[in-house]
Amino acid sequence: MSEPTPAGEPAVREKSPVNPAVEASKNFGITPEQYMLPASSEIRLLNPDGSAVPESEQGQEPGHEYPMPEDSRLLDAYEKLVVGRRINDQNMALVRQGRMAVYPSSHGQEACQVAAALCLEDDDWLFPTYRDSVAVMSRGVDPLEVMSTYRGDWHGGYDPRKYKVSVQATPLTTQLLHAVGVAHAAKLRGEDTVALAMCGDGATSEGDFHEALNFAAVFQLPVLFLVQNNGYAISVPLSSQTRAPSLAHKGVGYGMASERVDGNDLAALLSVLGRGIELCRQGGGPLLVEAMTYRMQAHTNADDDTRYRERDEVAEWVAKDPITRMQHYLTGQGALDDAASERISEHAEAMAKRLREAMAHKPELDPQDLFRFVYHEPTPQLREQAEQLADELSREEA
Amino acid sequence: MSASKVSFAKALNTALADAMEASREVVVFGEDVGTLGGVFRITDGLTARFGRERCFDTPLAESGIIGTAVGMAMNGMRPVAEMQFDAFAYPAFEQVASHVAKMHNRTRGRLTMPLVIRIPYGGGVGGVEHHCDSSESYYAHTPGLKVFTPASVRDAYVMLREAIDSPDPVVFFEPKRLYWSTAQVDLDELREQYENGSLPRREGHAVVAREGSDATLISYGPSVPVCLAAAEEAAKDGMSVEVIDLGSVVPYDDGTVAASVRRTGRAVVVAESQGFASVASEIAARTQERCFHSLAAPVLRVTGFDIPYPSPSFEHHHIPSSERILDALDDLQWED
Repeated sequence: MSEPTPAGEPAVREKSPVNPAVEASKNFGITPEQYMLPASSEIRLLNPDGSAVPESEQGQEPGHEYPMPEDSRLLDAYEKLVVGRRINDQNMALVRQGRMAVYPSSHGQEACQVAAALCLEDDDWLFPTYRDSVAVMSRGVDPLEVMSTYRGDWHGGYDPRKYKVSVQATPLTTQLLHAVGVAHAAKLRGEDTVALAMCGDGATSEGDFHEALNFAAVFQLPVLFLVQNNGYAISVPLSSQTRAPSLAHKGVGYGMASERVDGNDLAALLSVLGRGIELCRQGGGPLLVEAMTYRMQAHTNADDDTRYRERDEVAEWVAKDPITRMQHYLTGQGALDDAASERISEHAEAMAKRLREAMAHKPELDPQDLFRFVYHEPTPQLREQAEQLADELSREEA
Repeated sequence: MSASKVSFAKALNTALADAMEASREVVVFGEDVGTLGGVFRITDGLTARFGRERCFDTPLAESGIIGTAVGMAMNGMRPVAEMQFDAFAYPAFEQVASHVAKMHNRTRGRLTMPLVIRIPYGGGVGGVEHHCDSSESYYAHTPGLKVFTPASVRDAYVMLREAIDSPDPVVFFEPKRLYWSTAQVDLDELREQYENGSLPRREGHAVVAREGSDATLISYGPSVPVCLAAAEEAAKDGMSVEVIDLGSVVPYDDGTVAASVRRTGRAVVVAESQGFASVASEIAARTQERCFHSLAAPVLRVTGFDIPYPSPSFEHHHIPSSERILDALDDLQWED
């Protein structure tokens, strides 16, 4: 922070801040606009059949080159992918059995979930939505703490400060502004924290999406906005949300660089997000990344997706599944043998078992918790109401 | 150190500067608060003194201002955000109602929201549409928020310091027609008393602004001076009227109000906001519930009409006046 000037002196007028995209573009010999726009096609390192995209076919536009991550990193990520899929499917089963109130599954989007968590350092912050439970768990939050929300026990289960993971946002894009604020506070203190803020394609129509991207750009904050474009906002297709060439194209309007990536290609995601986070850390943020993916199941258990999309369309995306793609690639590389596969699948089963066992028992809930956390210092009115309820309950028991 | 003539605006400005001096966690931002010093000059000189990292202009977007304040509070700061006018705060309402108010509860107290939302409010300044709303009831109705509104120069200083130091989020309503009111106050002494903890807390405590024995006027913010004027008039007719200045709307001080009304047996609630489903309604109901057996007359309300805030040429009809308060006092079923 700059030294305070003596009282009474008029404030100096703001100078136009230097746009980091302008600086970066000099290195590539392209215009700032070209730098900010996404590559002409989405970044992909692995084909749906698991073969590596030949370098000659990858986007080689200046400023859009992305290296293939190391096998060991991919194997670690693959394990989280398999565990994430198992948790998604286990939770849907628990909802059907009435053991959980609701679960918005990210089945099909697990590559985005895992990559978002893995590209962050310990001191970075993740801002997930209600559909991003697998991202939250991949960051290290205990699945049972995450599931307390969906079991209906409390609106948030884990400690956001401990994990540097904000509460899963239910309103759309309100959390993007919180990410901007967290990054702003860190910048004021001179810390190199980066915030990764997630939202969906439909959410980009919300006003807070615009305000968050604009604030982040104006204050040059280290925020990476990750839009998981899964094609639908419940039932409404993206074509009814926007006429933009792509959601990534919105970045240039705010003066930030953007990229589009195959959201079912974990290798491409790790590479694009990894470089994005690094750019943010070096002061080149904010950035916008659009990941092209697909929600394989209905919006939630309460939704019926046969009313708004064809089965053929869903089937097409089965062939682009993020897990089989990575499995084929790693097997071909010799990095995933039978023993490793078995170990990973045992890990996933153990996780599912733990969830089943935990959800079989309702925990003891204290009705006084209703009043305990409304304020740090409760009002006298709330204390009275807490006593009223306690009194009522004690009379019921008597 | 000695008392001097201090304006309400200067008291607020000094409170902000003192809070920023006391803690580097305090940052001030909003529209035009930097170079200009705010359209009401409440943040005048703060950017020059503390740097533009700590007092800065934001893009023109209220949800953005409050949403980023939430993030800053999550990450160890104590943001003080200015909404330029009452009705311009509405775009931020989702952030306020869904996040500022609920974050502490949602996280079981793991995240606190020590932020202040300053809102210049109310009419009486000849303002055009969207510049004169009394919007406190929306916020007072929202669990998780605290709502302060000072009516005196001294309280302007003390309550803003309390709001900034509060671990809970405070919506701080500044009666804009009192900005230019003055009083003899020693700000240096007040600062010292506040900082050494010798002042009684104002949060949750109503004060008796004028003592009386025949009837109680319960009020807050811009209506308190009107009540004091009405009490002065009533005294000429031999009526002793007590005036209570809430200051802290949430938490509400049932005790002080009930003690007064039980003693006087008569009460009128006075507020500038439209009256239907308002803070004034809540006060009237609570007073009735607690003081029924001491009351000689129903609790009355004198409030703005249930209309959109009128144009400047009409506003004198809408704002509770001393005459309307005196009429209400006359209606309190006096025995001859």
